[in-house]
Amino acid sequence: MSLDTIDSLPNAGSVERWTRSSRMAVWGSMIVLVGLAFVPAAFGAGAVDRMTALFIYVIMAAMWNALAGFGGLVSVGQQVFFGLGAYFTVRLADKGVDPFFSIVLAGVIVAAISYPLSFAMLRLKGGEFAIGMWVVSALTHLLVNLDGLIKGETGTSLISLNAYASGDRRAIIFWLALAAMAAILASLFVLLRSKTGAAIQAIRDNEEAAQALGVNVMGTKRLLFVLAAAGIGIAGALWLASATSFQPKTYFSVQWTAYMIFMVLVGGIGTFEGAILGALIFFVIETWFGSLGVWYLIGLGLVALIFSLFLPRGLWGAIENRFGISLMPVGYRLNLPAKITKEKAQRQGE
Amino acid sequence: MINQILQGVMLGGYYALIACGLAFMFSVMRIINLAHGSLAVASAYLIFVLTEKAKLPLAAGFVIAMIAMAIVGWLIQRLILDRSARGGQLLPILSTFGLSMVIDNSLFEQFGADTRSLANAIGDLSWASWELPGGIYLGKLPVLIFATAVVLLASLQLMLSHTTLGRAIRATAEDPDTAGLMGIDAAKVNAAAAAIAMVTVTIAGMFLAMRATFEPYSGAPQLLFAFEAAVIGGAGSLWGTLIGGIVLGIAQTVGASLHPLGFLIAGHAVFLVILLARLFLPDLGLLPAKLLNRTKFLYRGDAA
Amino acid sequence: MNILELENLTARHGLLEAVRGISFAVRKGETLALVGANGAGKTTLLRTLAGAHAVASGHIRLKGEDVTGLASHKRVRRGIALVPEGRRMFAAMTVAENLKLGAMAGRKGDWSIDKIIEIFPNLQNRINHKTGHLSGGEQQATAIGRALMSNPEILLLDEVSLGLSPLIVDRVYASLDGLMKSGTTIILVEQDLSRAMAVADRVICMLEGRIALEGEAKALTRDQVTEAYFGLRRAAKGSAA
Repeated sequence: MSLDTIDSLPNAGSVERWTRSSRMAVWGSMIVLVGLAFVPAAFGAGAVDRMTALFIYVIMAAMWNALAGFGGLVSVGQQVFFGLGAYFTVRLADKGVDPFFSIVLAGVIVAAISYPLSFAMLRLKGGEFAIGMWVVSALTHLLVNLDGLIKGETGTSLISLNAYASGDRRAIIFWLALAAMAAILASLFVLLRSKTGAAIQAIRDNEEAAQALGVNVMGTKRLLFVLAAAGIGIAGALWLASATSFQPKTYFSVQWTAYMIFMVLVGGIGTFEGAILGALIFFVIETWFGSLGVWYLIGLGLVALIFSLFLPRGLWGAIENRFGISLMPVGYRLNLPAKITKEKAQRQGE
Repeated sequence: MINQILQGVMLGGYYALIACGLAFMFSVMRIINLAHGSLAVASAYLIFVLTEKAKLPLAAGFVIAMIAMAIVGWLIQRLILDRSARGGQLLPILSTFGLSMVIDNSLFEQFGADTRSLANAIGDLSWASWELPGGIYLGKLPVLIFATAVVLLASLQLMLSHTTLGRAIRATAEDPDTAGLMGIDAAKVNAAAAAIAMVTVTIAGMFLAMRATFEPYSGAPQLLFAFEAAVIGGAGSLWGTLIGGIVLGIAQTVGASLHPLGFLIAGHAVFLVILLARLFLPDLGLLPAKLLNRTKFLYRGDAA
Repeated sequence: MNILELENLTARHGLLEAVRGISFAVRKGETLALVGANGAGKTTLLRTLAGAHAVASGHIRLKGEDVTGLASHKRVRRGIALVPEGRRMFAAMTVAENLKLGAMAGRKGDWSIDKIIEIFPNLQNRINHKTGHLSGGEQQATAIGRALMSNPEILLLDEVSLGLSPLIVDRVYASLDGLMKSGTTIILVEQDLSRAMAVADRVICMLEGRIALEGEAKALTRDQVTEAYFGLRRAAKGSAA
């Protein structure tokens, strides 16, 4: 029995990265993004605010998914970056930096802080990492409380935003959020399609095997960790801009991680499309049921629990399984000519 | 200063109580149950309802709660943890987190935001204390809690070393597949271990309610303390939870004397420092584990 | 009387078929040797018998009862005990504790710690030592003893000679000698062909998941088995590869 390589066969297959549906999806997304830019002109204050929230949710879901779904790092403490993003925005604005520029700068600072943090935390595994990050978050929350500017749980506000008229302010925050979301998703997409992306997906599928193949597992995880920190930091800063007031308890609450877990579990962990889907679903559920207060939270927890037990790959995972479609092509598809597959099947039979 | 240290040591006894269940479950099933703290608070509410509303004596309330929580533990293991564990490392974290959300918010829905306490049920015990030379007061309740912790840890250790169930638990923890080849039903053993863990949780919950107040969202801080105590003492070691608890307790009480937020800050900070030390200076970090080596109850081939 | 029957058994490792449509029967009291090169599927087959590996299709019948889907801990209670490849000791537990674990299935019988020490006297001095500190031969003795403590009707031995010096293997097999003559049904997987043929009543040689040769040990020649072992016969026939 000889071993034929694909190359030596008469009708060799090809490797493709795009499918028809995925090409349509990417073009479609770009059109949608451009269209969204016109929302502030067309819709009222309430809608603009809600859409800003949606963009922030998408960012958070994509980032938590990047960390957990691709890096295999489940963290119950990501709210630390959310809180720090908001905190640094307040501090920078207090020093006289333009509030909108503070948002961007705060993201950078959070990323810078997360880098040394990663050296310590990434040595932890599994549950220890998850709760370890939670402890880091709790401690950071307390330290932020000590800051005189924050005055403990009373908090403070992003007063310098008042310099802008409320309509303009709202629009600028909207566009900032939209831009941030687009930028983060785009970079994630590019990252996943790159060589590093292949490494990331290898780690997701089997860390030990990836290591054996020479993938720089630790470096890749660090990249994801810092990226997720930056993204969530910007999300926190944007939320602050939208809500204006900063109480540490709100921004450092583990509730944010609960939302991220929900979005990623329901949407589909480890898939690019899943995070976006999860954020959309969460957004809709929050819009309809948010007013139910505690029952809403119980419902979230219950849904997360049920999904983790019965649909661990989330809705997108189930859709991918059944229909084999992939809208955001971050993998590779092997196209084998039909003749070869038939021959192989014949040989297997005997 | 001596007063703080003494109080810290006693506090360590409480932390050992809440931490040993978490450490136990982790050693046996390699799962960190994020709902652990919430379950302790739930058991506190259960005892509270039985004693304050149903007017049962505390002992009866405790026994009923213990049985109820043991059943709950069994159910959680069979329905949630068994399934989650098969899905890899990530899933148990997510499902137990979801569970904690459900528990916390359900408690809030049922009982509201008021803080509660079992102080009524124990009367004088809340503040009774012995006076020691040097003007130091040693509370009777903290001593009772510490003594309970020691007795509980010793009992667990004895159970594991000398009973058939204990052997089965240790075998299943080390190698579930080979344990199956011995005729051990891993699912049943894990469920039994979960039930035992819940009994310890009930004890911890009761004492939490006695020594302090609790409210629906107290679960999260309790989980963090339990985790910290367990990790400081060396994951996988029962007596380590007592050592870890004492270190944590002392850090917290000393911190409290320095600043209003010092209690929490010192606790978390000391934990992180020790964690880092253990990561970067492994020999130093393994010291508690080495000291306890003879009483280490489970072999964790891959323990950090 | 057939104590064990396999019908068209197939087992997979992922997508790879390790055991392909194997059928044979085992008589009560006989010693059956499974031989074959690495990867032939012997260990997988043994593990499916013990319930430690999932069956893709086919049936396993123990004393007439279909046990194909039964979990491993339930099969022990029905009298199948596996001494796994690599011994799989509970390293943190003592020899005595490992042996006591073997009895957890709760089957009635004659085996006890004392009897185990009778056939493996070298365990006497190590009875309270942690098995992690034992030598390979002592661990093997403990592993076999552990399986015997469940009073099995069928004992499955997976490569007991693996990693042991020939002298130690001699001793292990010497200890097993009495067992083999006593009426316990034994299925053993063994790399060492001569040893397998020496102790077994019947030999089955596996190749790429199928049975290449089957017969009474006394009736088969060394050459026949070697040919089947390496699949030489098939090539000679010139069949489409």
